[in-house]
Order: sequence, then C-alpha cells, then structure tokens
Amino acid sequence: MSLLQDAAVGEPDPIRAPRVSGSVLRTVGGKVLRAFITLAFVVVFNFFLFRLLPGDPIGLYTRGRNQDAEQLAELRRALDKPILEQFLTYVRNPFDPGIDSTRFSRPVWEMIGERVWPTLLLLGTAIVLASIIGIWIGIRAGWKPGSRFDKTSTGTTLTLYSMPEFWLGMMLLIVFSVGAFGIPGLFPVGGIVTPGVDTSTPLGWLNVLWHMVLPCTTLTLIYLADYSLVMRASLIDERKQEYLALARAKGLRDVMVRQKHAVPNALLPTITLIFLSLGFVVTGAITVETVFSWPGLGLLTYEALRGPDIPLLQATFLLFSIAVIVANLLAELLYAIIDPRVRS
Amino acid sequence: MSLLEFRDVTVDYASAEGPIPAVRGVTLLVERGEVLGIAGESGCGKSTLAATVLRLLPENAAIGGEMLLDDVDVLTMKWGKLRSVRWAEAAIVFQGALHALNPVQSIGDQIAEPIRLHKTAKDVDARVAQLLMQVGLPASRAKSYPHQLSGGQRQRVMIAMALACSPDLIVADEPTTALDVMVQAQVLDLLTGLVRDLGMGMVLISHDLGVLGTTCDRIAVMYAGQVVETGAALEIFDHPKHPYTKALAGAFPRVGDPAARYAPVGLPGDPPYPGDIPAGCAFHPRCPIAVDECTSASVALVDGVRCIRVGA
Amino acid sequence: MSSVATQRRKAAFGRFWTTYRHDRAGMAGLIILVFFVLVAILAPILIPDDALDVTKADGERFDGPSLAYPLGTDDSGRSLILLLAYGTRISLTVGIAATLVAMIIGTAVGIMAGHFRGPGSHVLVGATDWFLVIPFLPLAIVLATVLGPSTLNLIIVIGITSWAGTARLIRAQTLSIEERPYIERSKALGAGNWHQMTRHVLPNVLPLVLANTTLTVAIVILSETTLSFLGLGDPLAPSWGALLDRAFSSGAVSRGAWWFVLPPGICVVLVVLAFTLVGRALERILDPRGATA
Repeated sequence: MSLLQDAAVGEPDPIRAPRVSGSVLRTVGGKVLRAFITLAFVVVFNFFLFRLLPGDPIGLYTRGRNQDAEQLAELRRALDKPILEQFLTYVRNPFDPGIDSTRFSRPVWEMIGERVWPTLLLLGTAIVLASIIGIWIGIRAGWKPGSRFDKTSTGTTLTLYSMPEFWLGMMLLIVFSVGAFGIPGLFPVGGIVTPGVDTSTPLGWLNVLWHMVLPCTTLTLIYLADYSLVMRASLIDERKQEYLALARAKGLRDVMVRQKHAVPNALLPTITLIFLSLGFVVTGAITVETVFSWPGLGLLTYEALRGPDIPLLQATFLLFSIAVIVANLLAELLYAIIDPRVRS
Repeated sequence: MSLLEFRDVTVDYASAEGPIPAVRGVTLLVERGEVLGIAGESGCGKSTLAATVLRLLPENAAIGGEMLLDDVDVLTMKWGKLRSVRWAEAAIVFQGALHALNPVQSIGDQIAEPIRLHKTAKDVDARVAQLLMQVGLPASRAKSYPHQLSGGQRQRVMIAMALACSPDLIVADEPTTALDVMVQAQVLDLLTGLVRDLGMGMVLISHDLGVLGTTCDRIAVMYAGQVVETGAALEIFDHPKHPYTKALAGAFPRVGDPAARYAPVGLPGDPPYPGDIPAGCAFHPRCPIAVDECTSASVALVDGVRCIRVGA
Repeated sequence: MSSVATQRRKAAFGRFWTTYRHDRAGMAGLIILVFFVLVAILAPILIPDDALDVTKADGERFDGPSLAYPLGTDDSGRSLILLLAYGTRISLTVGIAATLVAMIIGTAVGIMAGHFRGPGSHVLVGATDWFLVIPFLPLAIVLATVLGPSTLNLIIVIGITSWAGTARLIRAQTLSIEERPYIERSKALGAGNWHQMTRHVLPNVLPLVLANTTLTVAIVILSETTLSFLGLGDPLAPSWGALLDRAFSSGAVSRGAWWFVLPPGICVVLVVLAFTLVGRALERILDPRGATA
C-alpha cells in the first residue's frame, strides 16, 4: 500500500489552485469591454449612415411628409450645425438627440417608453414557452434519432423554421379571428386590448391575455422550431460520448443515463445558443407585432419605416442592437459560470 | 464453480453486407482470485468479448453461446436483473481518457453514483474517501473535475469506481495503453495488488504481451475472433507455441517507445478484416510455417493451441 | 495532365451523385427546386405580360378560387396564380443574386481572415463579429431606408447583412486547412499569399462553401420575403413577400380571403424547405465527420 501512496505523491499535481478573483475580473472586464466597443460602432454607424447620402439631409428626413414651417425650421437648425457637434449631441443621449420623431412629433424616448412593456410581455412569454416546449421536443427527438417521434417532430420543426412568421400570423388570424374552413373566429383581430376596457382590473388582464393568444402562439411556434433543432443536434452529438457507456455499465436505466448525464452536458451549448438567437427573436417580433397591430417596439419600427421617420428608426435600431449585444454578453458570462471546465 | 465462464461465445454485428463475426466461439474460464490476460492486436475481438460480460454491446450485435457469471447466464438474464448485476457483481475498468468520465460532474459524485444506485454502503462519502485512498489519491480530490486530473490520476479514478460496489470480477480493458511508461507500471501494480488483496477475479485485456506476462496467472491469445493459444502466463511468454504468439512474444518492447509494441517482429501483413476472414486457419496468410492443409480445414483448440503444425 | 484531373473530377462527381440519389430528403428537396426553377424560367414565355397590369385586370376583386381563376383574385382583380408564377422568378432571382453577393464577400473575408495574421486580419474578424451580433432585420431596415426601395438595393442590403455567417465558417476551415503540412511545403517552395489562398485553401474550402451556400439561399429567400412584406423592395415587382404585403395592406385578412394569403406563403415554405433539405443532404455527404442531421 505504501508503494501506492508513494506513487500518488510522486506524480506531478496538475490541479491548479483556485483562481484568485483578479483573473476572473480580467476575463469579465475583457468581455464587457468588447461589448462596449461593439456598441460604440453601432452608435457611430447609426449616426453617420444617414449623413452619408449626397444632397440635402433634410430631404431624407422629410421624404413624403408634410411638415409645417416651424418644424422645418427647427429641423434645418439642428441639421445645419457642424457634423462633429451633431455627433457629440447624439452620443451624449442617443435617445434624445434634440430631433423629435418626425411622424409623431414627440420625443423619441417617450414613444419608446410607451411601447416597451407590450413587447416585453409578448416576447417574454413566447420565449419562455418556446424554450420549455422546444427543449423537451429536442431531447426526445435527439435521444432516439430516426425514431417515429424524431422523424415527425423534425419534419414539423423544419417546416416551421422555413415559414415566414408573419404569414403564419396572418393565416392564424384568418382562421381563428375571422373564421374560415368551418372554424369560428373567436379571437380579436388585433391590438392589445379592446378599446374601453380598464387594464388595471383582473378582467382587463384577461382581455389582454385574450388578445395575446394568437400573436404569442405565432411567435412560440417559430421560436420553438429553432430551439428544438438546436437541442436535438446537441444531444445527438453528446450521445457519442464514452462516459455514457460507463454510466450504462454501472447499471443505470436508459432514461437516467439520458437525464443525469447526457442532457446536462447537451443543455450547456443549447442555452447559450438560445441567448445568442435573440437577433432572430427580434426579427420575428417586428413582423408579428405589425400583423397583429400589437402596440410594441416592433410595430413602432414598422410605423417608423413607413414614414420614413428617421429619428425613430435610428432609436429602435439602437435599442434592438443594445438588447442583442447584452444578450450575447450574458451568454458568454453564463457559459463561463456554468461550465466547470471554463470555471477553472 | 468458476467465477466467470465463456462457453462458445459468438458475437456477430449486423451490417448491410451481412453478419460480421467479431467473436467466433470463445470458451474460457476465470476462477476466483485469478488474473486472466487476453492478448491480441486491434480487431481480434478481445474488447468485444469483454463487453459481453455486462451485455454492453450495441443493438446490432447478435450474441450466441453462454456467458456464466457465478453460474448464471448473463446473456439470457432479464433486463432488471442485468442492471442489478452490472457493477455490483462485475465491473469494468475503462481506459481513463478525458471523455470516459462525465466532464461536468465531480469525480466524487461519479464514484458515488453506483454506490447510491446499488445501495452498497450507508455512508457514501466515507466509502468514496476510502476508495480514493485505496487507489492512492487524497480524499480531497473527490471535488475535482475530470479535466483537472492527469491521465494517471483519471485511471486511478476509474479503478476506484470499479471497486465501488465490491464486485467479484473486474474486467480491465486496456487500462494502461494511453499512459506514460512509468505511470503504467504504477497503475498495473495498483490494480493487481488490489485484486489480490480483495480476493477478486480479473480479466486483463491488452495488446502488450509484456504487460500481461508479468501480471497475469494465465493468458489467452486471440486472433480473428478466436482463441489461438492459452496457458500459464510465463509459459506463454517464455515458450510460445502458436506461430502468432511467437511473433507477439518476439517483439521486445523498447522502453519509452510505445510504437514498437504494436509491430510483432517480422510478421508481414495485417490482421484480417472481420468481414473477410480467410478459410481454414485464419492466420495462414501471415504464417511462416503454413502448409496446404491450413487453408482448408478449420482448426480446433487442442491442448491449449489452435495449430496443426504444433505437436501434441 | 489536365485530362487526368478532369476524369478524376468526373468520376468523383459520379460517386457523389450516386450517394446523393439515395438521400431521400435531399432528393425531395431537389425535385421541388427543379419544379420552381422551371416555373420561373417558363413564366415569361407562357404568361402574357398583361396578367401583371393592374389596369387590364378584369376579375372580381377578392374573388375566391374558381375555374377561370384557380387561385382567386387579388385586390385589383388580377389572377393570383399568374402573379404567383411571376413572383417565383423574382423571389428566386433575388435569392440567388443576394446569396452570390453574400457568399463572395463571406468566402473572401473568411479566407483572408484565416490566412493572414496581424492587424488586417483582426479588422476582418472584428467586422465579421460585428455583423454577426447586430440583429438582421433592424439593420436591413435601416440600410434599405437609406438606399431606397428597388430590387437592386434589396440584393445589396441582403448581401451585406448575410455574409458574416459564411465568413466565420470559412475562416475556421481555413485555419484548420493551413495547419496541414502541404501548405507549409508550398510556402517553402515559394508560393505567395495569393497562390496559397486560391490554389490550396479555396479548393479545399469549396465543398463546405457549397453546402453553406444552399443553406444561405434558404435564409436569404426568407429575408427577401420579409423585407418585401415590409415594403422595402420594388413596389411593382410581385414577389411573394410583396404579394403578402398587398394582402395585408388591402385588408385581405379581415375579409377572410385566405386564397390571397395561403398560396404565396406555401410557395415560400416549399422553396425554403427544399433548399434546407438539399443543404443538409450536402452537409451529410461532404462532411467527413458524418454527423447525423
């Protein structure tokens, strides 16, 4: 036995001592810095893109709109300042650069403030539902590839993934709101609440919920297609790993091998990818809110682009970019926390 | 009553071109407290044979014959009984490669898993600590993750895991192949020492006849899915009878050069692809003393040797 | 010399085709694609230009399917099935053109970013990462608004917003290819950067590019449909997305005119699905790691 202990002592010890927080801060700081640089480029891009075109910038701001003399004069004053001064004004507060929304004639941040909560409500619900259902489908399909469940679910999710989300929304509206093919139209055609209903009462909330069913279903179906395909691919890769054979040799049932060993490992990249697909989520939100007249940031973007309302367009682009950059940052940090291989 | 008995075990893999025979009728015995070595090159069927002990083969494998563990046939066991037998009566020491262990679970949890599953100890943490000490690792390592350990340490963890439920039989499948030479010696000593101290039986699989010669009681040499020679370990090593065993034993390993072990001295060609085994004696295309008879009739195992050119 | 290489390439293609033929999903996708390409090619030949002219439309507005109008009429009374056939041309043309733009930029950037070290490569990688992070639709909307609504601008906008995924993939592949010994040997023999990139890296990267291109077309067509729906494409071109925009803006939804909404969407789903199936089949065949998809 002493031979063994000698052997253990004699071997070089590869365990690194737990990292002092200094290095953790450095990694986190590095990632945050990169996020800021990305954001800086967005701000610069946002500002200069609209100034790049030859000719009078006023033309772009007032394309197709009839502004009264006072608004025009104000716009001209703002746009006549030297470019650098305009840029600095913009950077100081990108959501209130002194130029109002040309379509609504109100400060941009006011409009955004109004429309944030409906979007968060709709997207939040859809993402949570899609994650739960999508991951469940992905696990069942990925654990037994080629099975009937796998073939059916993969075929369905691939089809959903190939669908324009706004088209799905329109079809759901026709069938379930207007009524077609024998199905009665039970759901509202659009909006977030029936006019006149007080949203601070429980009855009001039910009314909002009733309005939310169709748009949320549309988004959930589209998102869960993406999530389930990702989870499935991740689990299929994980199935090949050797430690699963070891788990089986120990006497674990197939379900336990899947749940206790394969899924936790396969879930790591899936969760990260879900965070990283916020860009995809945002794209869906814009078109679906438009179809259902859901008064959120997506509809605001659509209204802005119809103008075109340049200040509003810039603001929504900036806001969406911030959201996605933050989500990416969170994904990187989350992975570093959860995966023990990265932690040490 | 032997601990382990292979009775004419055959394994065929289903494939698009028909069944591929990986194991073609193996009969072997392992007694309690005995160490049996199985030697052979890659593809001879030794790892497949080892996997039959706990029925760990993939679904497209068809197993024939009988495999008796304590006189009960594992191959016809009900699924539930098999799961209770796994690890508690016989356990496998896998190669300690990085992905042979779950990368996101601590090694303590992984060692504890079979203990909790088979309920073989009341104080699981104490048992894990005891096992770690038995293999020469400090108990504090229980919280480490696999990537934090060296190759040798991971192999020790594999051994500790195999011993967790105090099985009667250990099957060690190439436990030292991926390790440095010095670490190899340490791990082998550890393994054989524990087996003897705890009175278990062991099947040790390796392509390295030198490793087997010094640690086993008996050796069986496999080629193309069959046993071609068996006997006492030192006999096989010093006085091999079958031409293939002679070639294997003739390869003197050079210290520090693992590649040298793979090539038997002066043996042309490669082992046959299992789907395309030559008629008669499977070894005849490479055999230095083959005659016409060797290409036609299949050869039986006589006095521990499967060769018509070796006198009784 | 070159005939030996040509023979080998022909034989390789023959082997590839035999393998591909057995892939059921891939074949299904290919058949669908061939159908739509035929429709796109034959449309201007078989369908009179008058079908697109709003002033010459003589059907009832928002009429359901009938013998004369198999898929009903739009908000101006034009026959939808003819519009749909014309739309195939536009959607496929824009899809393929924009994909070409994205693939050329993406492959060039990817190979250069993988081959060169130093500040130039850092800039390329940084640009790739930036375009990967920024959400597609908001960026495309901003670009399209600045450039103005036209088919050419649509192709440019989609090309600019879609090249980054390819670039990242190609760069990773380039890095792994350049680790192989024959690249070092060619450098020792005096091969310059251009020669290495075009004669050694590019041919090895091409199979990956092919599979990736097919999958990119799928995404690009969805993007084109979305942008046209939002009104950012040529308002006169009846691409499928533009048809859906017409349907939405003219109130087809509240009228329950499902024949206006269902067919363009189904066409999009079929074409995108077809490209996806073909792309996944190509990945399966060309990826030596053989991951089941």
